[in-house]
Amino acid sequence: MKFPLFENVNMTQVNDFVVRFANVNGTGSASANSMFAKAIFRMGVPVTPKNIFPSNIQGLPTWYEVRVSEKGYLGRREGIDLMVSVNPQSMLKDVQSVRSGGYFMYDSTKPLHKEYIREDITYLGIPLMGICMEQYTDPRQRQLFKNIIYVGALSALLDIEFAVLEQLLAEQFKGKEKLIPANVQALQLGVKYVQENFQFPLEIRVERRDLVGNRIMFDGNGACGLGAVYAGATVAAWYPITPSTSVVEKFEKYAKKFRTDKETGEKNYAIVQAEDELAAIGMVIGANWNGARSFTATSGPGVSLMNEFLGLGYFAEIPAVLIDVQRTGPSTGMPTRTQQSDITISAYASHGDTKHVLLFPSNPKDCFELTADAFDLAERLQTPIIVLTDLDLGMNDHMSEPFEWNPERKYDRGKVYTAEDLENMGRFGRYLDSDGDGIPYRTYPGTHPTKGSYFTRGTSRDEYAVYTEDSAVYVRNMQRLEKKWETAKDLVPKPYFYQEKNMSPLGVIFFGTSTYSSEEAIDLLREQDVVLDAMQLKAFPFNKDVEQFIEDHEVVFVIEQNRDAQMRSLLINELEINPKKLIRVLNYDGMPITADKIVKEISKNLTIA
Amino acid sequence: MTYVRPTFRHPDLPKNKINFTKKDYEGALSTLCAGCGHDSISGAIAQACFELSVEPHRIAKLSGIGCSSKTPAYFLGNSHGFNSVHGRMPSVATGAYLANRDLVYFGVSGDGDSASIGMGQFVHAIRRNLNMVYVVMNNGCYGLTKGQDSATADNGSKSKAGSTNLFNAIDLVGLGLELGATFVARSFSGDKTQLIPLIKAAISHPGFALIDVISPCVTFNNNVGSTKSYDYVREHIEATSTVDFVPVMEEITASYDDAKEVTLHDGSALHLQKLHQGWNPEDKLSAMNAIQNSKEKGEILTGLIYIEPNTNALHDVLQTTKTPLNTLKEDLLCPGVDALEALNQSLR
Repeated sequence: MKFPLFENVNMTQVNDFVVRFANVNGTGSASANSMFAKAIFRMGVPVTPKNIFPSNIQGLPTWYEVRVSEKGYLGRREGIDLMVSVNPQSMLKDVQSVRSGGYFMYDSTKPLHKEYIREDITYLGIPLMGICMEQYTDPRQRQLFKNIIYVGALSALLDIEFAVLEQLLAEQFKGKEKLIPANVQALQLGVKYVQENFQFPLEIRVERRDLVGNRIMFDGNGACGLGAVYAGATVAAWYPITPSTSVVEKFEKYAKKFRTDKETGEKNYAIVQAEDELAAIGMVIGANWNGARSFTATSGPGVSLMNEFLGLGYFAEIPAVLIDVQRTGPSTGMPTRTQQSDITISAYASHGDTKHVLLFPSNPKDCFELTADAFDLAERLQTPIIVLTDLDLGMNDHMSEPFEWNPERKYDRGKVYTAEDLENMGRFGRYLDSDGDGIPYRTYPGTHPTKGSYFTRGTSRDEYAVYTEDSAVYVRNMQRLEKKWETAKDLVPKPYFYQEKNMSPLGVIFFGTSTYSSEEAIDLLREQDVVLDAMQLKAFPFNKDVEQFIEDHEVVFVIEQNRDAQMRSLLINELEINPKKLIRVLNYDGMPITADKIVKEISKNLTIA
Repeated sequence: MTYVRPTFRHPDLPKNKINFTKKDYEGALSTLCAGCGHDSISGAIAQACFELSVEPHRIAKLSGIGCSSKTPAYFLGNSHGFNSVHGRMPSVATGAYLANRDLVYFGVSGDGDSASIGMGQFVHAIRRNLNMVYVVMNNGCYGLTKGQDSATADNGSKSKAGSTNLFNAIDLVGLGLELGATFVARSFSGDKTQLIPLIKAAISHPGFALIDVISPCVTFNNNVGSTKSYDYVREHIEATSTVDFVPVMEEITASYDDAKEVTLHDGSALHLQKLHQGWNPEDKLSAMNAIQNSKEKGEILTGLIYIEPNTNALHDVLQTTKTPLNTLKEDLLCPGVDALEALNQSLR
């Protein structure tokens, strides 16, 4: 049997290792596992946890992977240093996935069958169920405390400060303090077993550092929901779909907290769970048409259903914000695995000549800011804006710079005529390009008794919204929409450049969650004397800076997480670039892309070149 | 269709209570076929709004796709209108209503739009009890694609091309009752004396008001053998009552024998002259029975079928602020920097 190897492993790995927990879905392991990750974060060491879970509520195998990285690399890394195996269903696969020289912690209440024995790894058997049977009588307690006991054992093995864990328990059970002592005791049971049976700490271990600063740990979906609250969204319409569901749940949580009148209980927001995604986006279009900031959140299958309305939003020039938390397609694909594979469908959603503004957040702070910016852009440009995040970013906690909000910030409500404006002007023309930027002025229904009303429809109307099917008028309107698209290029966030001046004929482009591993890969390649200039895309349409970067390099690698190199195609299509210049670096197995994979792909191409 | 409209208006056109003339409630020239029932309904809507003295700009008109959905261009020209996506008007109306609870919302749809492609949205708009008037211009066929049967065409009804519909009809009134619509009416485009008071009552109703208006398609479904032709409908129509809408604070002058008065939440009243035995508009069971019985007899029962005068619409259910959401500003919407810093702290 061949076991996966991770090369370049340093045997004494202080603050540089990967722990994977193999659990059964629905057994309460999530909170114990996240306490483990949070404890390392609290010790000032960068950490990145990832849920690898099935489309299931209870019973199937689920994994939680924690990468600890002194250097601050937050992407996924291949090679598991320590496997915490508490799921017999997946145990064989779990044993095989440990790197040579690594550790395998398991429940030794029953002896390990010989097919699970490898010579090249160290076994750490702890009789978790045995301890629980002895200590607890309630079956639910036996189940839950098993998780806490292994966290206690890990704290001793990895040198995690016990006081930090105690503090986290105190915070977790705030208001339910009675539960704290039992949990602390369970932690101690784990510690005690390690102290009595193993040499500890292990060669992989944690040492307190000051590398985290004022950063926070939060999930991207929560940050999007919070961003929508800060941006003044008042109407949320949605249909539940993994992995986007928690966007609106978090919006509701924060809106309830910040936007409910304490005396009357009246809410300064409205949330409707729609009958499907068709209705969800329809409600968003209706609310925005009527002057409220409104959004929805969905994933790929929802975007497919929303296409017709997105096209109407483009042609009828109605603002809308859509947060697409991408997953592996299609509907019966792998809904709990990550991908960046909705780029093409989002960029050109709907029939006819349509193009949509896309934003690409790559961490929770981005999610917060770009969601808030999306509302300004949607109203400024009078068009749907799609925020493309993904399952990895949305559903996992990420270490992130803290959220910031400029207290002077005013919402950009775009070009809207008030009753007074209408009173003092001549004939109102809904689709007139008065300012030469392709963006017309709109009016909200109910503004003025005799001026400013118009009939909204797709394109069969003139500049004054009067019905016509005249070809010349249609073409004129389409050209104005194209001009608006040009205006958008200057309004969307600019790309981020990692260097002030280009240093290499080789460039690399990435976006979203591919950023973490791309940054790490750039460092790894530099160690091999391969220098890459790097650009992180933040938005579509691409502006001149994007075009210039590609022009300035002989070869540009485009790193993304889908099979068809969708971003590469978009760059080629929109900027008319010679396809040979853009080399695809892809990962589409549903797992977050790793630096190792990027290094291998780029190196392979360099050898050929 | 007419393509020229005289611009001349009598200088002494009567004005309503808020000083608007009927002209202020007109729209663009209709592009529908001459004699189309839909145009009569458009006229009835404009007339009802004029008579009720609703400010034209405080009305929003929403529609889907089809002949029916074109009509909002042909009435209430001083109101905003939105010709949206086929079968999706209810969702657009939901969003619009959520954004501003203070406008009067007219949803205009057809039988294809509501009973087929938009059935899901129609059903859920009723369930949510939006405060809106939902008018179905029901002709039993797809006019704009030249006469295919729709889901409201009766089993056995013959099309102009001579084919017979083989499937059972969906009755939107029966469905509306079943789903809990709080105002359910049926009328006929050729009967303005019934339709106008019904529309006025629907506007005053604080929840979802469904009016299914049989509106024969003069071009594709007005032939012998069709159960939605003018002749057929006139022969088989059966009213629950005569309807008289009495606005708020207006003295009731007429008196009726066997009359029933329904007081609406804003103080206005409906006077119903009962013509149908065993029917009570505030009793859903008797309304359902009346609908089923008339169907058995091959009649088309019209009038106010059912009303629940005091009802909680979606905003009441959601406990939304009384201020329209689209008027709220940063001070009430943005939690501010201190709250954000506290949140950051809790995430460390």
